[in-house]
Amino acid sequence: MTTDQGQGPAIQVRGLEKSYKELRVLRGVDLEVRRGGVFALLGSNGAGKTTMVRILSTLLKADAGTVRVNGFDVAAQAAEVRASISLTGQFAAVDGVLTGRENLVLVARLRHLKDPGGIADGLLRRFSLAEAGGRKAATYSGGMRRRLDIAMSLIGDPPVVFLDEPTTGLDPEARMEVWQAVKELAAGGTTVLLTTQHLDEAEQLADRIAILHQGRIVVEDTLDGLRRLLPPAKVEYVEKQPSLEEIFFAVVGADGRTPEHEELS
Amino acid sequence: MTAHFLGDTAVLTGRTLRHVTRSLDTVITTAVTPIAIMLLFVYVFGGAIRTGTASYVDYMLPGILLITIASGISYTAFRLFTDMQSGIFERFQSMPIARSGVLWAHVLTSLAANAVSVAAVIGVALLMGFRSGAGVGAWLAVTGILVLFTLALTWIAVIPGLAAKSVDGAGAFSYPLVFLPFISSAFVPTGTMPGPVRAFARHQPVTSIVDTIRALLAERPVGGGLWTALAWCAGILVVAYVFAGIVYRRRIS
Repeated sequence: MTTDQGQGPAIQVRGLEKSYKELRVLRGVDLEVRRGGVFALLGSNGAGKTTMVRILSTLLKADAGTVRVNGFDVAAQAAEVRASISLTGQFAAVDGVLTGRENLVLVARLRHLKDPGGIADGLLRRFSLAEAGGRKAATYSGGMRRRLDIAMSLIGDPPVVFLDEPTTGLDPEARMEVWQAVKELAAGGTTVLLTTQHLDEAEQLADRIAILHQGRIVVEDTLDGLRRLLPPAKVEYVEKQPSLEEIFFAVVGADGRTPEHEELS
Repeated sequence: MTAHFLGDTAVLTGRTLRHVTRSLDTVITTAVTPIAIMLLFVYVFGGAIRTGTASYVDYMLPGILLITIASGISYTAFRLFTDMQSGIFERFQSMPIARSGVLWAHVLTSLAANAVSVAAVIGVALLMGFRSGAGVGAWLAVTGILVLFTLALTWIAVIPGLAAKSVDGAGAFSYPLVFLPFISSAFVPTGTMPGPVRAFARHQPVTSIVDTIRALLAERPVGGGLWTALAWCAGILVVAYVFAGIVYRRRIS
């Protein structure tokens, strides 16, 4: 099967609608995501971000509208869409009974790749999990589980990766690790659709940002473009106080990349 | 995608089998309760029960095997429910694999885990004096009926596994199934029961299945009861399979 559908947009959404009984979650979403880079879908809780990701990843059927991912229609060509994508949901979807390595081998075998063991070992090294690879994933810390989760999503090099609130519930260090992984992923040419309710996360990672509000995309632009929506910056002199985040990292002495000594007791 | 169905199902079955082998306590607890009931009935109540057969262990073993399977499948519901909760089910559903392979992996694992539990219970029964002169053909027939019964109950277990809101809900459905053999010919002949109870006991699925297995193991002719037993198993299997399919499609759309 070919998963490379040429040069069109990575994601194309037209007039997407979805309701849960009386609740109209998506009310005509239009969105186009170019290939490559990180596209952030920003919205508050309940804005419909997860609903949208579930429709894009063929887990949920739309009520109306057309959705194409990697050039394939999610309704008519679901199998081709699934071959083009990877989903990392809000809760790290790893098998806690299996070891980290076994989780990776499992996904590699389900994607019918040669040398699943070699792929697993490579990813364990890349995500600083080599030492923990032989331990049950249930013993991992939140950050390690999420790193394993993202590593599982990269197997088979899907051209489009959905990350649904990938840093929810993570501590600041683990969040930095995930950010680093997302940056590397985008640098490798993968299109990343990231949903988040943390504005700083979108600011850190995204090339383009769309804001989903009350079931529609209300604005979509680069960060600079969004900044221009507001009156030009005024120059003010204020005493610079260190942010709590800066203090936190100064005290714990982390550079954002923590090896695998962290562990749940 | 169908070309990958067997391969994907095999890989996914390997995963769920590891869940069983890494929590052997689930297999052991599945066997412990039926063994305890067996000890209780044989050594406490059995002396006072008139079955018309020489050995009470031989008489009640078929019913005990059905109880073993009925309690074993609650772990299938539990494992499936855990997959639903953890998000790994959705990960599989969003991957380019044969989607139904995820459910079949749980079903095949259920067959394997129950086979181990049933073998353990038969082993204890042998120690307690269970004997059968049944030949290979009769044993194969018994195995076939037990496999069909396990399949039917496993597809019932898939329904709460997919639909339950809590882990207690996922397991609770098995209690009536475990209890059903007590109101059947499994432990006492139905003839001594009062009218309405007797009518229920004689016409519920467990009685025909128990009577058939008992006849096969005792080298007696099985008669028409075999077809009643097979019809019950196949009927429950088809209905449960269809309902599980409806619940499954509701969960993934």
